[in-house]
Amino acid sequence: MGKTLTKTDLAARLVDQIGLNRAESRELVDALLNEISTALCAGEDVRLWGFGNFILRDKAARPGRNPRNGEETVIVPRRVVTFRPGQKLRKKVEGHE
Amino acid sequence: MPARENASQINRSQLIDRITTKQKHLSPRDVDEAVKLVFDHIAEGLAQNDRVELRGFGSFSLRERQPRMACNPRTGDHVMLGTRHVPHFKPGKSLRERLRDLFQ
Repeated sequence: MGKTLTKTDLAARLVDQIGLNRAESRELVDALLNEISTALCAGEDVRLWGFGNFILRDKAARPGRNPRNGEETVIVPRRVVTFRPGQKLRKKVEGHE
Repeated sequence: MPARENASQINRSQLIDRITTKQKHLSPRDVDEAVKLVFDHIAEGLAQNDRVELRGFGSFSLRERQPRMACNPRTGDHVMLGTRHVPHFKPGKSLRERLRDLFQ
């Protein structure tokens, strides 16, 4: 396991490579992630060619259990987001060691 | 898990358009370049087995797949696949909760 990249690291590269200032870069990283979230919340899948697809799935209600007290409950129906990595990304990471 | 019927979708260029509309002080060219750089950076990080943690949105990391014998469906040849890694995304708490609340 290597290090952890954060929004700050992503923004720093934009400063270096596009010449945006620090605040603009950070704002742009936030704007990008926000726009993806907003699309997903509006029911839109987000397909980024080469990188991967963020796909929404609707899950039905199912019986569950509260892990803390063992009580049986119903897990409410929900929408979840899944990520299907693109071919290019898969190829890039599969044999890293 | 059922796939959604009539699911609408957006692609990279639509995403860039939406960002550009709201970030009027940035040129569309810079936004386009920045989006490309961000995803390249995430991909590079994953290729080095770095974790990418984007607070609120989610995190990307690698999951290890066990080595296995595989069969080429076209030729029927058996090949040994070594340990492989696949990218994994875990949505962040705030994205998960937003989606769940909107869906209720």
